[in-house]
Amino acid sequence: MAVTREAMLERPWEHSSPWLRLAFWDGLWALLIAVGSGYAYWLYQPYMDGYEVAIQIGSTLALITWGLYWKPARRFVLTVALLTVVALWRYGADYELRKSAFLLKYLLESQAAFMWMSTLYVLATATYFVALFSRSEFIGKTATALTWSATVMGLTGLLVRWRESYLLGTDIGHIPVSNLYEVFILFALITALLYLFYEDRHRTRAMGGFALLAISGAVAFLLWYTFDRQAHHIQPLIPALQSYWMKIHVPANFIGYGAFALAAMLGVAYLLRSGAEAHRPQGLLARTLPPLDLLDDVMYKAIALGFAAFTIATILGALWAAEAWGGYWSWDPKETWALIVWLNYAAWLHLRLTKGWRGTPMAWWAVIGLFVTLFAFLGVNMFLSGLHSYGTL
Amino acid sequence: MSETITPIGKSVHRRTLGWVLLEFLGSMNLAITLLVVVAVSSIIGTVLQQNQPYPNYVIKFGPFWFEVFNRLGLYDVYGAGWFIAILAFLILSTSVCIYRQAPGKLREMLRFRTRIRADSLRGFHQCVEWRLPERDLKAVLTEVTGAFHAFGYRWRVQNYSDHQVAAAMKGRYNRLGYLFTHAAVVIIGIGGLLDGNLWLKLKEWRGEIALETRDLAARDIPPISRLAPGAVSAFRGNVMLPEGSAANFVFLRLRDGFLLQELPFAIELRDFQVEYHATGQPKSFTSQVRIHDQDHLGDTPLEATIQVNHPLVYRGYAIYQSDFGDGGSKLELRAWPLTTARADPVETQGEIGSVLKVAGPTGAIRLELDDFRLFNLLPEPGAQPGDRKFRNFGPSVGFKLRDAAGEAHEYLNYMTPVQLEGRWFFISGARAQPGAEFMYLHIPVDANNSPERFLRFNARLHDADGLRTVLARSAPSVEGQSPDFQRDLDQVRLNLVGLFAQGGFAAVTQKAQAVVPADRLKEATGLYLNILRDTLAEVFLDVLREEGVKLEQGVGEREDAFFNDALSALAALPAYGSPFYLQLTRFQQVEASGLQVTHSNATGMVYTGFAFLVIGIFIMFYTSYRRLWAWLALEDNGVRLILAGAAHRHSAEFTGEFNALQADLIRRLGSPEAVVEITVPPPDTAEAVALQPFIRDTERSTSNGSHS
Ligand code: HEM
Repeated sequence: MAVTREAMLERPWEHSSPWLRLAFWDGLWALLIAVGSGYAYWLYQPYMDGYEVAIQIGSTLALITWGLYWKPARRFVLTVALLTVVALWRYGADYELRKSAFLLKYLLESQAAFMWMSTLYVLATATYFVALFSRSEFIGKTATALTWSATVMGLTGLLVRWRESYLLGTDIGHIPVSNLYEVFILFALITALLYLFYEDRHRTRAMGGFALLAISGAVAFLLWYTFDRQAHHIQPLIPALQSYWMKIHVPANFIGYGAFALAAMLGVAYLLRSGAEAHRPQGLLARTLPPLDLLDDVMYKAIALGFAAFTIATILGALWAAEAWGGYWSWDPKETWALIVWLNYAAWLHLRLTKGWRGTPMAWWAVIGLFVTLFAFLGVNMFLSGLHSYGTL
Repeated sequence: MSETITPIGKSVHRRTLGWVLLEFLGSMNLAITLLVVVAVSSIIGTVLQQNQPYPNYVIKFGPFWFEVFNRLGLYDVYGAGWFIAILAFLILSTSVCIYRQAPGKLREMLRFRTRIRADSLRGFHQCVEWRLPERDLKAVLTEVTGAFHAFGYRWRVQNYSDHQVAAAMKGRYNRLGYLFTHAAVVIIGIGGLLDGNLWLKLKEWRGEIALETRDLAARDIPPISRLAPGAVSAFRGNVMLPEGSAANFVFLRLRDGFLLQELPFAIELRDFQVEYHATGQPKSFTSQVRIHDQDHLGDTPLEATIQVNHPLVYRGYAIYQSDFGDGGSKLELRAWPLTTARADPVETQGEIGSVLKVAGPTGAIRLELDDFRLFNLLPEPGAQPGDRKFRNFGPSVGFKLRDAAGEAHEYLNYMTPVQLEGRWFFISGARAQPGAEFMYLHIPVDANNSPERFLRFNARLHDADGLRTVLARSAPSVEGQSPDFQRDLDQVRLNLVGLFAQGGFAAVTQKAQAVVPADRLKEATGLYLNILRDTLAEVFLDVLREEGVKLEQGVGEREDAFFNDALSALAALPAYGSPFYLQLTRFQQVEASGLQVTHSNATGMVYTGFAFLVIGIFIMFYTSYRRLWAWLALEDNGVRLILAGAAHRHSAEFTGEFNALQADLIRRLGSPEAVVEITVPPPDTAEAVALQPFIRDTERSTSNGSHS
């Protein structure tokens, strides 16, 4: 890993303050988002209360910042916006068009979009692995493109579904993060975006197959849930979920879940590689799997990000509970499991940061952490009863 | 790690008991262990449903384990002494940790560490050394601090007898991250404990209050189970208010009993409404309430609307929509006897919540009217679990029949007929055990949309004289049989009907088993059932005739289907367990709203903790604390300069920054003499190395020493 001194010295130093480098395109980006958001506000204002307007302003700022901080987000957001606008325009006010209008039926209607998303994610997973073992730059780029496309389709599908729920009836309309089916899509999207971010920042596609494996798992669940359980129908919201809190609590949670899932998959890659290095140092796996220090580093970053997001989400949940159930904490199973997940990762972070634990044990812990997380997010709904009547299988 | 950091040149702490205790409480191992222990013990309360009525637990675990779990407090884990103790321990441990860490962190934040030896700096991972002949020390220092400035560092210069040190740092607020996060844990923890059941437990323990376990009306509850307003600072209670009534108290459910918490005002429920979506799912629950409070409102009560997610907060008490139920709906009922020869119904009236006395075949029974529901959204019969098809089965009444011995059967009767497989039925669910599955009786509906035909048919089976007449009239005239045979056959038919009415088809087959040799059993059972069916058909035709149905053209398809359905229902009647079928004929719904009232004192404290937590975590993860040192000394008519640096985290980024700084200084001063080989340390070791300066530094003794 030694880098020559000259090379290091020549590397340009990027100033850490983001504000210094704002340029024309950045301004345009911010303007575009602000105008788009303003237009959406003008269109949908009758459905919004004060809190929701505040949330919209907050999301707009977050979106702008995201695009400033990470350039690829811009292309992504604009593509999604374009597709969504086309879909909404094609729909007009007629929900039934989803069955007849070609563009909707085969591409942009939410169900169609989700099918595209699913297909593309599965293809991307396979392609990443092919790229890893063939060491082909081109195949790697294809895998990245597939992942981006899948994510575009997924987010477009969610946004279109949001509108569709209102087309079903204004008293039915709600943001599509209200049941297990919808949040699984959200989970896939967020995990993919987090992965794409690290791929871009670390300039390596080696981790792609592993990250996408988690997403393909979610896709498999989603397909089963759609075809076997008919879970894809839009349902009206039960009174307990009719709150602006849902709009922020649920997405924040899924940033956490997505990051933890990503960390766990990197943990798997870590264990495979370190096992391979120990047993067959010259073998294919030991040579092609992503390097250990990279995995360890990204695993830590993902868990740190997940922990921060999960802390916020849990706090938002507590604030919501204080408004809906009469107390910020009720030891309801879902709450309790959120605490368990949180404590688990707090312990993980302490071990790593204060005791300097690294490597295999932390990777194992990250993998086991995923099962704890999975239980909090799925198992509680399946096996336990409580106030979170949020969706059962 | 602690072995390596026993400070040199300082006496080792004397191991007094207090010191050992402090060391133990503040240790990282304890902290991590506690985090895991809290996580694991929290699981218990999620797998074992908490605060259920105790008999449910007895049924589930049996008396022995029930008692064991009860002793362990598993039915209210989160209020159990041992659980609270663990939480308190975690809070204590975190506090000790802060107590021991905070001075160090603050010092790191506020003080520039200028007392550092050239050799320690040379040991740093990031280090360069210049020898600058013919240079003025002051000018070099200016260049160095100029570079510090350019990179956003703050610095302090200290003169020593033979050298100068410029110590610089950046991102010092990162050190606050630790304080914020861990203070937050303590604040939230204490606030949460204060808002929990701690006060109640204390009062209970001191014998000031006692749980009430009897089923009493509010006014009959003795003072020992009552809490005056303000007696405890935090509580969470419930009350069920029928429309038009008011209450100035709530019930606090605790373990196997409850307490009554008085409120300093009264809540009157004026109206409660449930709105439904077209699909039948509830859309909103709304209570219109009025708050009466002489002291604060005078004679004009406060009007308010409470909905799920929209509580009313009044004088620090928050009132939530949490439940709903029946508030004493008025019902008109028709009881059709099931076990007598006459089917004439008895009309009666009742209110939900009241008890009617009825005469049963074996003494008086209590009819307890439990629940009325206007809508019953249930899965479509025959649908797969995943189909998500629902149907509204309309109004229902739930009631219990309790005999003199206190044994109860529970029933759930739907008011309107339900269509199943194309035919219509009155449906009544029955169960002998609470919590068991309902068994449903399907009474076929007659041409008048009433259960009457079926009930008359059933009554006929209990009327021996009537049966004889029907049998005589319809006796199959078998050629060449004696009248005796005819009489015997009639008796057999009567007996079979009797058996059937007492015990369904099962009784008939049992009888066959008892009297027929095994080798002819099958044949004989078949024969019996055929005879029974023919006989019942005769009775049924007679019922139809009596109704005035024309039978010249034979029995229609509908009547035939009715007969088959009636047979199924008759066969199920013996297990139904009620001497009558209760038909709901009219109702006037009175709803009740379940309100939850909470009071909390520490919410503000907990929310402050939340804010600290978020601030702290973001500071900790996303800022980094970096330090640079420049050590300068005059040497051979020139200057020796050592530049070194360390970062607490984000070491890869820091390496980049350090190199850029170095390049900047080369531009200012020329090439360095010696560079400690620049390597990008693998992240594995980067942070451990980065920590070294903090550890080696001899200025304070406890740095990072507490968590070992
Ligand atoms: C519920 C209890 C606790 C929680 C949630 C918690 C949370 C955290 C978090 C999130 C970090 C940040 C890790 C990072 O910098 O990336 C951290 C760091 C740390 N924690 Fe805790 N902690 C808890 C209890 C404790 C206790 C009891 C101790 C004392 C032994 C402790 C000592 C530390 C130390 C020394 C650090 C490193 C701070 C630094 O130098 O940056 N923590 N903690």
